[in-house]
Amino acid sequence: MLAFILRRIASAAGVMLTVAFLAFLIFRFVGDPVDMMLNEQATQEQRDALRERLGLNDSFLIQYGKFVARAAHGDFGISFRNQQDVSTLIGERFPATLELVLVATALSLIIGIPLGVITAIYRRSVLAETVQFASIVGVSLPSFALGIFLILLFSVKLGWLPAFGRGETVDIGFWSTGLLTSSGRRALILPSITLALFQITLVLRLVRAEMLETLRTDFIKFARARGLPNWIIYFRHGLRNCLMPVITITGMQIGNLIAFALITETVFQWPGMGMLFIQAVTFVDIPVMAAYLVIVSFIFVALNTVVDLLYGFVDPRLRAKGAMGASHAAA
Amino acid sequence: MQQHNQIAAVPYPQRSFLTRWRESDLWWSLKHSPLALGAAIVLLLIVLGAAFAPLLVSQNPFDMAQLDLLNAELPPAWEVEGQKEFLLGTDNQGRDVLAAILYGSRISLLIGAATVALSFAIGITVGLAAGYFGGRIDNFLMRIGDTILSIPTILVAILVTSMFRQILPANLREAMAALILVLAISMTSWVQYARTVRAATLVERRKEYVQAATLIGVRPLKIMLSHILPNTLTPVMVTATLNLGLAILVEATLSFLGLGMPATQPSLGTLIRIGNQYLFSGQWWVILFPSVYLCILVLAVNLLGDWLRDALNPRLK
Repeated sequence: MLAFILRRIASAAGVMLTVAFLAFLIFRFVGDPVDMMLNEQATQEQRDALRERLGLNDSFLIQYGKFVARAAHGDFGISFRNQQDVSTLIGERFPATLELVLVATALSLIIGIPLGVITAIYRRSVLAETVQFASIVGVSLPSFALGIFLILLFSVKLGWLPAFGRGETVDIGFWSTGLLTSSGRRALILPSITLALFQITLVLRLVRAEMLETLRTDFIKFARARGLPNWIIYFRHGLRNCLMPVITITGMQIGNLIAFALITETVFQWPGMGMLFIQAVTFVDIPVMAAYLVIVSFIFVALNTVVDLLYGFVDPRLRAKGAMGASHAAA
Repeated sequence: MQQHNQIAAVPYPQRSFLTRWRESDLWWSLKHSPLALGAAIVLLLIVLGAAFAPLLVSQNPFDMAQLDLLNAELPPAWEVEGQKEFLLGTDNQGRDVLAAILYGSRISLLIGAATVALSFAIGITVGLAAGYFGGRIDNFLMRIGDTILSIPTILVAILVTSMFRQILPANLREAMAALILVLAISMTSWVQYARTVRAATLVERRKEYVQAATLIGVRPLKIMLSHILPNTLTPVMVTATLNLGLAILVEATLSFLGLGMPATQPSLGTLIRIGNQYLFSGQWWVILFPSVYLCILVLAVNLLGDWLRDALNPRLK
């Protein structure tokens, strides 16, 4: 068991080091950091001083080592664009993104699970066929196009909901939340639906497949033989046995959703990490890009590793075989 | 011996490709699946529309000389102020939206097809090598794939494009935009092909015809390419179809974010990005029609991929 835990953590650390290496490569070799941080009138002495201060005269490996060490302490340097601390910049934007992602996740479960159960029970009905077709449409719809359709309909045409921004927010300590004001909640509706659509179809298909499998088992037949009402059979006995993989996938998808939120954030001008990242890409603000990449990958890899470890605890067979199964499923 | 001669005497029927296709299981399955047939027809129309765009619309939307500002901001033909020759309306430079969509779909389809071709080539090479040689080579190649997949696809694509854009001199950036996109998207999508081919190769490698070929001294490269590869292609075709939809989607997303095709040679994604500026100015047609067209295109490809996966799955027959 210990060997399994160590192996999984070592593999996660390997991935993180690779990501950090990529982030470091762009930091070091995409343009000259000194040129980007100083204006054109800077003297040679100023340049040399900054070069020394940034440690750019050290050897390649030492620089990489320092970058990793600082990143592990949450220090990603100073933004080229507005001379602010990168970790503060990202810290300010993180609550907006996480709130969006969590609301989208909740939506996907609230809508996806019942639809999945219904399509599994009434497999041959028109309703189930329609939902099944709609789920292919859901997968094919680019999320930015969906966002645009929603804005055109609900903001431009009907004027019901705001099309951009977060509305009013309330600060609770370091966390700024939009959930406590009505304008904040209204601003969340369209972006969270946009982000959730893909996830809804994922949950729906998963629940449907698991339910079809479960409904064939003996204990369901036995429940029927006992004369239990249908809804108890479906929801208490059937659905319960489907929830484990749903929870797993939902947990692992959170990392993906944080990355995908950057598209939704761009469409709705949502002031989250993703928009910060896209702006950084446009202005070649490399410390911000590197930090975003490392942080999002860390969340992604950490969630995958935790899920793998939990599975290892539950299922001893996985410990023997390197336990890559769960992380493959996520990809 | 006599019997053998008799069999040899019967001439092998030379059937054309068309006849063979008409008698195949695949065509039968397509005929009996209205959704897939519809998707195939829609996709065919879109491809034809892209191929013959110059014949279908009178205006080349990216030749500034052909644009007339007097025709700017016209709504679709069925609206009150619409004009017949601009069926889907025009943008603020007098560009015909329908023409822009047809020309844009050319770029989207070309980039999608090129991405599939490149990731197909990389994926088969890696998958065959990993599956055939096994051991360390297998471990090394598949570990690279695992690492790539452990970062969200869209992030890898954004990083690769922005890196190329920085490395290339500014005057080359626009000209190379399509190539950069193809490289960036293939960087992640080859892994799917490699995994599919590797899994199939692992099965085929143990079969007797491969052992026979090895015994009579056929070289590994020849065994891989002319013996194993043809037998792994069925699952790869499904991967390729589904990946075409994905490639078009990722390209559109990157272009929408402003990291893809430039406004001088826009794909559907770029058109949507441009139209996004008019979202609140009442010119809904500039953004709605390219978005809908993109959705229909991706939906058609995905429906076909879904059908193909079921049709080629021997367990479902």
